[in-house]
Amino acid sequence: MGEYLMLILATALVNNVVLVKFLGLCPFMGVSGKLDSALGMGLATTFVLTLASVAGWLLEHLVLAPLDIGFLRILTFILVIAAVVQFTEMVVRKISPTLYQVLGIYLPLITTNCAVLGVALLNAQEENGFLESVLYGMGSALGFTLVMVLFAGMRERLALAQVPAAFAGAPIAFIAAGLLSLAFMGFAGLA
Amino acid sequence: MAEASNQSTSTSSPAPLFDREEPLTADTFIRGLWEENPVFVMMLGMCPALAVTNSTINALGMGLSTTFVLICSGALVSWLRNWIPKQVRIASYIVIIATFVTVVDYLIQAISLELYAALGAFIQLIVVNCIILGRAEAYASKQRLLPTIVNSLGTGLGFTLALLSLGTVRELLGNGSILGVQLFSDNFQGWVIMILPPGGFFVLGAWLLFFNWRRLRKERRMTEQTGVIANAV
Repeated sequence: MGEYLMLILATALVNNVVLVKFLGLCPFMGVSGKLDSALGMGLATTFVLTLASVAGWLLEHLVLAPLDIGFLRILTFILVIAAVVQFTEMVVRKISPTLYQVLGIYLPLITTNCAVLGVALLNAQEENGFLESVLYGMGSALGFTLVMVLFAGMRERLALAQVPAAFAGAPIAFIAAGLLSLAFMGFAGLA
Repeated sequence: MAEASNQSTSTSSPAPLFDREEPLTADTFIRGLWEENPVFVMMLGMCPALAVTNSTINALGMGLSTTFVLICSGALVSWLRNWIPKQVRIASYIVIIATFVTVVDYLIQAISLELYAALGAFIQLIVVNCIILGRAEAYASKQRLLPTIVNSLGTGLGFTLALLSLGTVRELLGNGSILGVQLFSDNFQGWVIMILPPGGFFVLGAWLLFFNWRRLRKERRMTEQTGVIANAV
């Protein structure tokens, strides 16, 4: 049990998907303007990323490996992820209309989030077992959500701060992200 | 696109803006390279731009691979544009892009295993690079073959240029070298932080700052000039 907890912590904090591995930067920069939307995006991604890790593992071990068609990996993974996203959208709409209203607009965007495909491909590359794959996906997603919320908090304050004209907008956001990334390097000692 | 079609209104017949075919001009090439640079202006393709630019050679490899996929998928999309049904176009584009990404993936593995290891999963992740899907949807699906190829080449080289401008700065400051050639004497202490992830954010922030500062200065000069003219009148 302890070792699995450690795996989640390590993927969420030490090898953070956004700040250390540079996956999923588009939503990180694009949807982090407000705290609520950042949290919504984070939760939707957590859901899809965990499901996609499961689907990726099943696909790799039940279809691609037995048939020895590894060259179709990229093609099949991206199509399966698109299907998972669509499926998630339908399930969420059916089960909880309130949650659908919160997550609704962010769900279709997740297909092009490279963290989802990236984690599925990394799982296949490192030949993780089933439970490891799922925990790896979940840990990455939790790390993504954490960073989204932290960064949205920073940007909400930045929007009110007076910065020099040339810094306004994207430059100060990237410098702030760099500082956050620097802070996350401190977790390296944890592993 | 609006600018280009304004220039060509005298030659082409009036058609709805979205399916107007663009003639092949120098602008077709230059636009993607500079005015609509994917990284610095459009802010697309951020993940590879930050992740693999810790050295010049990685940046170059990534840029050229993306350019290859961009040109090939653009050409195929443009060639098949009248046969792909509107409803399933995005899925078709993704299948086309994924095919060429697989080709590049195996190609780089064959050319240099070292480069393949350095670029890691990011070669395979070209498939979700928004630049390529964006070009397919906004340009290749409406234009003829030749302009598409030229436009894709411009955009790809613009992406490569952006990656190189990040990669050279990071390698120079972090390692004191460019393309592996040491430029400083032995007692140069590299800024290790530039090669690590935070350095990517800082260098990109600095470039954007530089472009912002230049734009502001140009605007200020323009207003000063028009102010002088207005006073003279």
